[in-house]
Amino acid sequence: MTSAMPAATAARPAPPRASRGAGFGHLLLSEWTKLRSVRSTIWSLIVLVIVSLGFTALIAALTVANWTGPHAASRDATILADPVSTILGGFGLGQLAVCVLGALVMTTEYSTGVIRASLLAVPRRIPMLVAKGVVFAALILVVGEILAFGSFFLGSVILHSRVVVTLGQPGVARAVIGTGLALAVLGLFAMAIGALIRHTAGAIATVIGVVLVLPILTGLLPGTWGAHINAYLPEQAGGLISQAHQQAGNLLSPWQGFGVFCIWTALLLIAAAYLLRRRDA
Amino acid sequence: MIEARDLTKRYGDQTAVDHLSFTVEPGKVTGFLGPNGAGKSTTMRLVLGLDRPQSGTATINGRRYRDLAEPLRTVGALLEAKSVHSGRSARNHLLFLAQTQGLPSKRVDEVLGLVGLQAVARKRAGGFSLGMSQRLGIAAALLGDPAVLLLDEPVNGLDPEGVLWIRNLMKQLAAEGKTVFVSSHLMNEMAVTADHLIVIGRGKLIADCSTQEFIARSSDKSVLVRTPDTARLTELIIAAGGQAAADDQAGLGELASSDGAKALDVTGLAAPRIFELAASAGIVLHELTPRASLEEAFLELTSGSLEFGVHESGGQPPGSPDPGHDDHGRQSPGSEPGHRSVPEGSPR
Repeated sequence: MTSAMPAATAARPAPPRASRGAGFGHLLLSEWTKLRSVRSTIWSLIVLVIVSLGFTALIAALTVANWTGPHAASRDATILADPVSTILGGFGLGQLAVCVLGALVMTTEYSTGVIRASLLAVPRRIPMLVAKGVVFAALILVVGEILAFGSFFLGSVILHSRVVVTLGQPGVARAVIGTGLALAVLGLFAMAIGALIRHTAGAIATVIGVVLVLPILTGLLPGTWGAHINAYLPEQAGGLISQAHQQAGNLLSPWQGFGVFCIWTALLLIAAAYLLRRRDA
Repeated sequence: MIEARDLTKRYGDQTAVDHLSFTVEPGKVTGFLGPNGAGKSTTMRLVLGLDRPQSGTATINGRRYRDLAEPLRTVGALLEAKSVHSGRSARNHLLFLAQTQGLPSKRVDEVLGLVGLQAVARKRAGGFSLGMSQRLGIAAALLGDPAVLLLDEPVNGLDPEGVLWIRNLMKQLAAEGKTVFVSSHLMNEMAVTADHLIVIGRGKLIADCSTQEFIARSSDKSVLVRTPDTARLTELIIAAGGQAAADDQAGLGELASSDGAKALDVTGLAAPRIFELAASAGIVLHELTPRASLEEAFLELTSGSLEFGVHESGGQPPGSPDPGHDDHGRQSPGSEPGHRSVPEGSPR
């Protein structure tokens, strides 16, 4: 390429060049810089930590406090059957922070116009999306796993007087690790929707709608129809991984559910990549 | 070197760029001139691979932008629209761009120094003035020390010092052998900056020639003369080898109606010669205005091709006195064209 440049330019001292060939590594570093240099990242993660740990502690404490209250027997039986699922229930609300951050990671590129600078630097476009996905998912995975284990230990300590739950029990370690995994996939799911919709408000509303509202609506469908559709919804399926074992009435096993969630996310990412490549920026 | 071949871009039923072909050569500043909405920004976006053309190709050093191995080391671009996250610092904006190309962070500090933004490098870009944002955009364009630069309206929002800075920077880059392609809707800015002009209107090529040739070709070198004694002056002008025609439009101005003078449109003689003729015959002149400015040449060429033009209909006649213009009809650099301003915004 240098030979194609005019002689006058070639004669000038070029900026120092790093070794070539490590292209994708450069993109990962670049996306990490983008992610860490805006406030929405740190704020979303703070909300995620506070809400997840807070609700874990709250749920566990309320469970202990009401252990022998009226009508407690059947509920207590459920908790005894799968205590880890109760403990990790605190992620139900905390995950909304990941939904928001995932959508923002993509939509702020458009709302601020940074997408033009990004695509000028990576004109093939898809490597930029892949690098962003890898960096963001890795961040959420690390934070998610730390948080899942933190929640587990916090919850198990609070529950200790009523239920003993340890990582050694069948399915428990998988449920805890899986909760962090599912959070990372949820981040990619939200990022893909952000890339498809490109507008912050629309993307966040869509992600929250799919995660929170859609299960309620499909729950209203009559008969086994509703149950089947409900079971294969992204968030319903993905949430199964947080259970120690498949409960009665669940159509999918924890890993099957996680697989369904991953397929949903992969399809959305492929659609996002296709449109990113095709649409005018 | 930038080459556009038969570029066409439509948004819905609106054609923004219409079978446009041109070549931008290295080693000089090439101005890309056209009124707002003429398709300048769209053309640049097509060259940069941000938008897909319906037909045609755009290449940089013989390759499509998206096929460039190290795009920011090859091409630097400043786009008219802002492209910085308001919450991110100037330094981090440049840093993530540098990292995509494997450029060292030292280079980020170099370009920040080059554009004079070191002091605010760690400030959030959202608080930047338009001029500072433009400087940040220029820093991003220069990051990879590219041999090709595309600058979309770089002087917009800059103070006179900034305008001068950009002008000198572009000339210096061109002198280093780089390809400098700069768009503007300000003809006079281009007259002092560009060596070569590509003029478009309504997405179509209107002119592709050197700046000097553009002025010469478009100018009929006419002079507006206002005098109470048009008959005698006309005789003298014709005797001296020029032509004079009554200019009714210019005669309708406010000044003319009160002083009884009539306007003549004189061609073939320069203003000093006309003044000498009048002085030697004792003819009083109320006005003597050379009319061939680049602005007029530009307006003449693009008048039929304005997308959102304020078409002349009962407005001020051409050449009439206009506050904000000096004797030669020139404007101060960086100012909007006074009496022919067109709405902002290009078709998207």
